[in-house]
Amino acid sequence: MLFTSLKFIVFITILVIVYYAFTPAKERWGLLLMASLAFYFFADPRFLIFIFVTALVAYVHAIVTEDYQAKRKAYLKQNKELFDGDGKKKYKKTTANVTRLLLVLSLLINLGILAATKYTNFVIDTVNSIRGGEPLSFVNVIIPMGISFYTFQTVSYSIDISRGTVKAERNLLKLLLFVSFFPQLVQGPISRFGDLSQTLYTPKQFEFKNVSYGFIRILWGYFKKLVIADRLLPAIKILTGSPDEYNGAFVFIVMMFYAAQLYCDFTGGIDITIGIAQVLGVTVKENFDLPYFSKNIKEYWNRWHITMGTWFTDYIFYPLSVSPKMLKLSKWSREHLGNAVGKRVTVYISCFAVWLATGIWHGAAWHFVVWGLMNFVVIMASQELEPLYAKFHAKFNLKPHKGYAVFEIIRTFLLMSSLKLFDCYANVGLTFKMFGSMFTTFNAGKLFGGALADIGLSSGDYILLAGSITVVFLVSLYKKFKGTDIRGFLYDRFPLFALSAVILLIATLVFGAYGAGYDASQFIYNQF
Amino acid sequence: MEELIEILQDLHSDVDFENCKTLIDDKILDSFDIVSIVSEVNDRFDVQIPAKELVPENFNSAQALWDLITRLEED
Amino acid sequence: MHKLTKNGKKLTRSTILRCLCVAGSVILTLAALWYLQRLLMPKYQKGVVEGSMIEEYYLSEEPHEVIFLGDCEVYENISTVTLFEEYGISSYIRGSAQQLTWQSYYLLEDTLRYETPKVVVFNVLALKYGEPQSESYNRMTLDGMRWSSSKIASIEASMTEDEHMIDYVFPFLRYHSRWSELTATDFEHVFSKDRVTTNGYYMRADVLPEGAFPDPMPLADYTLPDTSMEYLEMMYELCEENDIELVLIKAPTLYPYWYEQWDDQVDEFADAHGIPYINYIYLRDAMGLDMSEDTYDAGLHLNLSGAEKFASYIGQYLINNYDLTDFRQYADVAGEWEDDILFYDSLRQAQEAELSEYGELRSWGANAIE
Repeated sequence: MLFTSLKFIVFITILVIVYYAFTPAKERWGLLLMASLAFYFFADPRFLIFIFVTALVAYVHAIVTEDYQAKRKAYLKQNKELFDGDGKKKYKKTTANVTRLLLVLSLLINLGILAATKYTNFVIDTVNSIRGGEPLSFVNVIIPMGISFYTFQTVSYSIDISRGTVKAERNLLKLLLFVSFFPQLVQGPISRFGDLSQTLYTPKQFEFKNVSYGFIRILWGYFKKLVIADRLLPAIKILTGSPDEYNGAFVFIVMMFYAAQLYCDFTGGIDITIGIAQVLGVTVKENFDLPYFSKNIKEYWNRWHITMGTWFTDYIFYPLSVSPKMLKLSKWSREHLGNAVGKRVTVYISCFAVWLATGIWHGAAWHFVVWGLMNFVVIMASQELEPLYAKFHAKFNLKPHKGYAVFEIIRTFLLMSSLKLFDCYANVGLTFKMFGSMFTTFNAGKLFGGALADIGLSSGDYILLAGSITVVFLVSLYKKFKGTDIRGFLYDRFPLFALSAVILLIATLVFGAYGAGYDASQFIYNQF
Repeated sequence: MEELIEILQDLHSDVDFENCKTLIDDKILDSFDIVSIVSEVNDRFDVQIPAKELVPENFNSAQALWDLITRLEED
Repeated sequence: MHKLTKNGKKLTRSTILRCLCVAGSVILTLAALWYLQRLLMPKYQKGVVEGSMIEEYYLSEEPHEVIFLGDCEVYENISTVTLFEEYGISSYIRGSAQQLTWQSYYLLEDTLRYETPKVVVFNVLALKYGEPQSESYNRMTLDGMRWSSSKIASIEASMTEDEHMIDYVFPFLRYHSRWSELTATDFEHVFSKDRVTTNGYYMRADVLPEGAFPDPMPLADYTLPDTSMEYLEMMYELCEENDIELVLIKAPTLYPYWYEQWDDQVDEFADAHGIPYINYIYLRDAMGLDMSEDTYDAGLHLNLSGAEKFASYIGQYLINNYDLTDFRQYADVAGEWEDDILFYDSLRQAQEAELSEYGELRSWGANAIE
């Protein structure tokens, strides 16, 4: 069920009605679970097995770990007199080791399922292309919907349990709901148990403000997705489908279109997700914070797909960088390579690992790996250039200038947009070639003289796109300067809020790029 | 505590670490800074800060970080 | 205590305001969507007018004793005005572009909700189609029908693979992307449409003599599809139940080719059910049809003079064989028809004026498509 399918909209509508009209507040989490399982079931009944196994593994792991830790702690407390300082340390160390072993076991199963379903064919393909000769045949595996998202979410739960930062959920059904909560399955966010559990299971009353906020956010998401993203997509496909014809200046158009398309599609989807959750009284963490207003790439990645970024930071970057081995390596390299270089070694290694993982996570294909590593290179480069910039600014006294901030934002936007080109073209080599063509054969002239009308967009479409992107931009500007989103302003003037919802709904229905499209020529007289 | 402030000042000379209480929330310290701090602390105080303690609450102010170090030392 | 009341009051007031806003929004949304749906639907007012025919029937005030069902072979070939002027027959053509047999059947069901004619004349050309054909023709036949179980059944029987019932229930969903190609005509005709036919007859006064048609292709199978024959059977039964005489005809035009084998099967059907079947292809000379001047598109369809000749001929058959009222004697019905005739004559004059000015029609047919 895609967010934009009629089935999904009917599903949500029925759910919300049953949720508030026919389900006691205390039991509403149960309905959410049923809806989530139904969501899976409609997609493919076999998916249910996968998600159930993942949830069960995490459930058992959490309880075993928590009980074990509690038992050990209690024993230590009761038998204080038996332990001296070293003995206590040793005892604690054993506890930690067993805890770690349990975690590794649970992660092996859950990440193993992810790897087996999502990456087997990727590995086979890669092996084939390296080995040559008789190619290995692909295996026929099903990839459960949203498996990357729910596996990461579950893994974070298991790690948090093992760290003792959250309490184990002792109701299997409740944990199953955390794993399978359906609005998040399509494109995230990746929630943490500590955050999501606060509102997921609590009795939920109908709150007018929550429902209104959620509802208008859903509309806003659909507007971005249907009016902007889905309208741009066919044009992007045409442009990237004939790279020989559309090079130079057209690559720049692809960059701009794709930046808008991806942003509207992704943030729109997240708006729908968080909006639905809010209507249902569940608070889901934000996943975006005006990423296109970032002044550098590091900041960009703190604002784009935030829950994924923090996941990688908390569960890969930090543990790796502060592990005893890394600290030793850091110390050694500082002593032998000098403070400046030595300090960087561990950060670089961890960062490299993170971006490699991020690339692979995005998809089972090499261009994602390259894309991830390009991000790594660019982040490191900008990190290294920072002192240089600082010097430059100090010398020319540029820093406080507002124009400079705008320049930084545009620079970051262009840089990120060029990295996104890896998504657009068929392979990595072609992407580099097309990117290069922007500098060798830009030739802006060929954009005019009808070429832009040939990519499936009419002049009406261009006006519509310009108008709606402007609206998205203005709403973002509001948030940028006021620090809160515009819903609060509108809600305090409720008639305005209601009117905005009506306009959004109607604009999306009329201008959305959905349905079969109306081909006038198909309806034209041809001698019946 | 003074030594800790010193470590922090080395990273960002322009920040008032004694009084600022939103080092993470206001994005003054990023993940790279945190890793540097952990390795410096490891060197100078002989305290290993495990990954599970790398949460905003422990790094939002110099005082919070100091409290964390003392707690870990006692353990 | 005082504070509490105040808060309570404030809360009530804002609650009422919100409820009003929500209710207002719902009404506003529905009203806007209703208006936009009408605005965005194709109007079929110029050039392609075939989509306006089905709904025009509901505006016709006089009773009809003869109902014609079928595709362009009825709505372009039979002048309803001639039938009235010469024989006093009050008739209506419920024709539409490529009307499929089940669509004709459900249109008959639909018609019976409003009146019961004495005679139903069905043109058999569409029997050759056993499958849904094209969305655009479906739309022209179905969108104009009023909602009833007949309409729903007709939609279900007619949908091609990529069509959905929801798009018929809310045509808005199908036509919303017309926002970028709306014309002045769309805005003019949101609430009312101009008349395009005279009791279902679509007039063309221009002339383009009949030419040579391609030789008929041999078919692998000459059996008329079961589906269409079943609906023909249902049509017969529906007529029986309502004491209506069913007459099968094949219009006198030669193309699309009407195979002899098909003709035989229809003959058999008619004999078996004791109803007449008349193939007017064989009667072109008898009715005085001159295809060098009685067709406007090289012989595919008749023009005005051809349609009047055909009407004159078939009208004679109808009054000879059925007990039809001469409505010229009834002032109230004749009064209604006077309006129809007025429309018919002014349309004829307008078309003739264009023909003498430009040598072709510019406000009708292919030249008028926006």
